[in-house]
Amino acid sequence: MRYRLRVNPIACTGHGLCAELLPEIIELDPWGYPILSSSAVPEGLMEHAKRAVDTCPTLALLMEKVPGS
Amino acid sequence: MTSIALSAYRAPELRLPRLLAGVSYYHPTGLAEHEQLYGPLPLPVVSPEQGRTWQQRPERLIEMVERSGLTGRGGAGFPTGRKMRSVAAGQGRAIVIANGAEGEPASCKDRLLLTRVPHLVLDGITLAAYAVGADEAHLVVHGHEADLLASLEEAIAHRGTLGVDPVPIQITGIPARYVSSEASSIIQYLGGGPGKPTFSPPRPHERGLKGRPTLVNNVETLAHLALIARYGDGWFRGIGPPSAPGSTLVTVGGAVARPGVYEIEMGTPLGRVAMLAGGPTERPQALLVGGYFGAWLPAELAWPVPMTHAGLRAVGGAMGAGIVIVLPVSSCPLAETARVVSYLAEETAAQCGPCMFGLPALADAVIELAYAGGWGRAIEAIATLVPLIEKRGACRHPDGATQLVCSALTAFAAHARRHDRQGPCYGVGRAPLLPVPSDGDRDWDWA
Amino acid sequence: MSVSLNGPALWYTTRATGLVTLLLLTASVLLGLLITGRFTSDKWPRFLTVGLHRNLSLLVLAFVVQHVGTTVIDTFVHIPLVSAFIPFTSSYQPFWLSLGAVALDLLIALVATSLIRNRLGLRAWRWLHWAAYVCWPVALAHGLGMGTDRNTMWVFALTIVCAAAVAGAATWRFVAAARAGAR
Repeated sequence: MRYRLRVNPIACTGHGLCAELLPEIIELDPWGYPILSSSAVPEGLMEHAKRAVDTCPTLALLMEKVPGS
Repeated sequence: MTSIALSAYRAPELRLPRLLAGVSYYHPTGLAEHEQLYGPLPLPVVSPEQGRTWQQRPERLIEMVERSGLTGRGGAGFPTGRKMRSVAAGQGRAIVIANGAEGEPASCKDRLLLTRVPHLVLDGITLAAYAVGADEAHLVVHGHEADLLASLEEAIAHRGTLGVDPVPIQITGIPARYVSSEASSIIQYLGGGPGKPTFSPPRPHERGLKGRPTLVNNVETLAHLALIARYGDGWFRGIGPPSAPGSTLVTVGGAVARPGVYEIEMGTPLGRVAMLAGGPTERPQALLVGGYFGAWLPAELAWPVPMTHAGLRAVGGAMGAGIVIVLPVSSCPLAETARVVSYLAEETAAQCGPCMFGLPALADAVIELAYAGGWGRAIEAIATLVPLIEKRGACRHPDGATQLVCSALTAFAAHARRHDRQGPCYGVGRAPLLPVPSDGDRDWDWA
Repeated sequence: MSVSLNGPALWYTTRATGLVTLLLLTASVLLGLLITGRFTSDKWPRFLTVGLHRNLSLLVLAFVVQHVGTTVIDTFVHIPLVSAFIPFTSSYQPFWLSLGAVALDLLIALVATSLIRNRLGLRAWRWLHWAAYVCWPVALAHGLGMGTDRNTMWVFALTIVCAAAVAGAATWRFVAAARAGAR
């Protein structure tokens, strides 16, 4: 069961907490919005990814099952 | 599904024009004229005595559309039959939305169809509703076009008195903003929200307006449907290459003798399209194909390229909604691009950060390159910005702008380098060719 | 050593837990205002503001449970458990006590809806969370109105400090939002 992360760009207002909690995958662009370097979540970072998803103030970070996995 | 005998009407004998066969200079084609030219609407009549109902035959129409190879004429070029099939198979009663809100400033084909031959489009809507089992049908145009709205309401009402359309067609005016004519914006607006794009999933054909499967088609696509339903898929495939059959409307503009809307066979070389419009009035430098979501192509490269989605993609271009603008050597493509990107930057929905902040920054960089170059840093600034903007919005608006800019830097690489190192060329002073709506024609709030 | 149910020990505990609850609630509200006001600083990670806001809110709940518990067990004045949740069901100071019940009901709603935020959806959750702007002043009024420590200087001063802090932070939050919206 693989998961991937996706940002809902409409809900995202650039709080930037996700980049603090998951710096391995998420970086902020010059305007404060997240750039995901890879959408797949490595096994070891699952807990951190879940926390990042949970902490987003606007529920803009989404964790989805990769279809077909 | 009764099909029309080909010999009974004049229109199917003509190779071209097809959609524009009945266009009159003086007045819109009325319903009687329309039926005289093309034949009546080929919809099975609901007849309780014979036991035939709506639900029995729509499959056949969808199959016919699939076999015909008709693709969307709104820019994306998605196979229409496949879209209709997935909407028909969705959960819940379907809804049909005809998109007549031509957001591209350089395109006039939808406007032509709606003002001159509205009954082709209205037939198409009714046939689409029949095919996907819809009980609700909408036609949308930009709200500030009061005359267009009035004439369409009249045409619909006329059909209503004769009972032509089993599903009444509701016409709605949407905000005059570039992003409002996108499919998800229309769906959100019709649902009572602002005319701004929404996040997908879910896609419209699965869950669109009111959570029901929604078929959104460009009005030209529906006009083609109206003729396919009458004369069959074999007739439709009679012109155009097998991979891109049929005819299509193109809006030709820029430095040509007779700018306007023309109906061409799919696959017509771009040079021939320019010649149809009277040919270039000056030596052409480049063609902008596909509108403001399209791409620049140098003239020598573009001239023999066939006008199909695949043909244009193969040379790094895009077909978009069939827009061809000829740029002469006396114009500066960077200056034209800068104006367009500034317009696109003002037209963001302001929902997604990378687009809302990135496009104005990109516009500034392109303006600097075009008008204030000489510092050697503008191209680099653009190259840094593009990956921060593309594919990071909820809709394709930022992608269109970045595609336009990147194609300009590719097609005019040497010219851009000269701008960057030495400053603007003489072409920047030429009167602008690419149309950008004036402030008066745009809605400034979203209501 | 035994704690007599008649003596003042329970009463002191009630007052103490009540005060601590108010302080923690004030801190939580302040952090909440920092979040919506989009406070950023190089020295302070933003996830900490959100994390503390959530944890402090849970701590508030813990202290409220003690506060209600000691109040109900205390036999000096009879206050039934139901009065902690339903207004105007106690005979002792019915109005001011009811404010406490209202604040507690709102607090439970705020915490419960926040725990199921993912399922609720953002718009519904945000709309419900505005109740925090009612919960806090009602809790403050309950504390002042009950009157027990109103005349104790340092308790009164602390209450005023809490009120001033929230008023200041709320002004900052709404002014900053207005300025950002106007831009």
